[in-house]
Amino acid sequence: MTTIAPPTGGPIVRRPRSKPHTSTRFVITGVAILGVLAVAAIAAPLIAPHGPETVEVSRVLGAPNLQHPFGSDVLGRDVLSRVLYGLRTSLLVSLTAVTVATVIAVPFGLAAGYFGGRVDTAISRTLDMILVLPAMLLAITFIAILGPGSAVAALAIAVIYLPILARVMRSSTLVITRNEYVLGARARGAGHLRVLVHHVAPNALGPVIVQASVLSAFALQLEAGLSFLGLGTQPPTPSLGGMLADGRDVLIQAPWVEIFPGIAIVIAVLSFTLIGEGLRRSFDPRGVAE
Amino acid sequence: MSSRLQFVIRRILLTVPVLFAMSVIVFLIIRLVPGDPVRTMLGFRATAANVIELRHRLGLDQNLLQQYVNWISALLRGDLGSDIVSHAPLSELLAQRLPVTFELTALSMLLAIAIGIPLGIRAATGGRWVKRLTEGFVVFGISIPDFWLGIMLVLIFTGSLALLPPSGYVSFAVDPLQNLRYMTLPVLTLAIGEAAYILRTTRSAVTSVLDRPHMIFLRAKGISQRRMISGHALRNAAPAIVTVIGIQVGVLLGGAIIVETLFALPGVGRLIVTAINQRNYPTVQMGILAIAATFIVVSLITDLLVGWLDPRVADGSAT
Repeated sequence: MTTIAPPTGGPIVRRPRSKPHTSTRFVITGVAILGVLAVAAIAAPLIAPHGPETVEVSRVLGAPNLQHPFGSDVLGRDVLSRVLYGLRTSLLVSLTAVTVATVIAVPFGLAAGYFGGRVDTAISRTLDMILVLPAMLLAITFIAILGPGSAVAALAIAVIYLPILARVMRSSTLVITRNEYVLGARARGAGHLRVLVHHVAPNALGPVIVQASVLSAFALQLEAGLSFLGLGTQPPTPSLGGMLADGRDVLIQAPWVEIFPGIAIVIAVLSFTLIGEGLRRSFDPRGVAE
Repeated sequence: MSSRLQFVIRRILLTVPVLFAMSVIVFLIIRLVPGDPVRTMLGFRATAANVIELRHRLGLDQNLLQQYVNWISALLRGDLGSDIVSHAPLSELLAQRLPVTFELTALSMLLAIAIGIPLGIRAATGGRWVKRLTEGFVVFGISIPDFWLGIMLVLIFTGSLALLPPSGYVSFAVDPLQNLRYMTLPVLTLAIGEAAYILRTTRSAVTSVLDRPHMIFLRAKGISQRRMISGHALRNAAPAIVTVIGIQVGVLLGGAIIVETLFALPGVGRLIVTAINQRNYPTVQMGILAIAATFIVVSLITDLLVGWLDPRVADGSAT
């Protein structure tokens, strides 16, 4: 528990006391929820009560009961088991996409912000071209070219987020590069690479991490949306978006087929939103990542 | 030439490279398909003669630069090609489909603005409970995927209450009242999430304006809270709000693709999704082009509007 010393002397500044506290609480809650979901997703083969593709003809559209707490779907498959496996796919696709985008965006943003001039123009203008299309449309363009599938969905999401993350890295690099310690390192004779890796990058990463966690929330929604359209993860692999598409026609008779996968998406998205919002308040108060 | 006019001309000229980039992306869609796109389109039953014929019709037997020049000049003449499944001219198809997408997007945005801006102002000026409630609305509005929200709305309004039709469409020209009945659920689906974003932007824009010295001065002069908000704070916050609304139109156009599929609305989004599944590339291309071009025009209007609302932007003196 940290304590904030009361200001001594000088003008009295009204400090919004609840802020640091709220942000920490956001991050802890988000990480806790995400942790539970991630463990459930990873351990799906161990904890799922039934196979995700096991068809039980007698249980077609069966209502929730003790053996099937979330009920059964159109083919008599256990909804709880499918939600657990679907969560696996959704988290895997969205986290892979955001990780890939971050790993590529960081060096580009770093180079654009640090070297400036022509390097900056070349990198920024090229990446800006990607932002010509709205995100969903760009994802669909990719899928139109490469065909549907979870790998393509992950790639499409990564491409969409690449320019956003690179832009954040560039602006935060611009700020850090102006610091005296960077100049000092250069004056001591350190090469560009050494300065970038040891001095600029570690200090400029904060806003990118914030943005990446915010984008993970959107990545989950995008993945679910694409799978809902039948353009993301392909059956029989269970995915949360795909489950929602399957249950669309039986919504009124068997709402549990639609309610539970949706709640799983909402909780997962919420956990990333909480982490992102909490991190933003503590690490990026100036709003570079916005 | 006045600096305002320069701003307008510069901004319009800036659209040219953007349109060019978009045209290249759309042009490449069919050309980047791995393997032979014509064979993929026609399926395994296609004869060699069919393949050659379609390849020639799509101009895929020329060199890439020649293909682009032909494609873009046909486009500028208004020749968008035809759908390879129904053989209907794409210009006709889009003329039927675009109004549906435009109606959905415009109504959703209007509703989102009608909810988001007043609540955003309340959130910036209200007490602790107002702030908490609006914060809750923002977090949930952003976290709930719009299509799931749509499904839940169907469950409530057609399942339990039996008030509204779950899916389908009647043209506004045929029966305005029925049209709005069919549009209610899709519009609500898109608008609720969108309202959360507009609320958040309005809240932070108004909050930051209220902290400025001239607002403190106005308060000291004894001007009522109502007049301060409507006459001064909102005017200063408007450029930020308008910018976000412009960006969010793109998000809505993307969301429309899902919502049209969910509610079986015959818009461009559903056209694209169906065309992708049929490997009907010319239709995919033109559908994407239509939505992207709409987004680019909206961005242009937004930027010009921001320049008009905040003359410092147009004068180039804004930081």
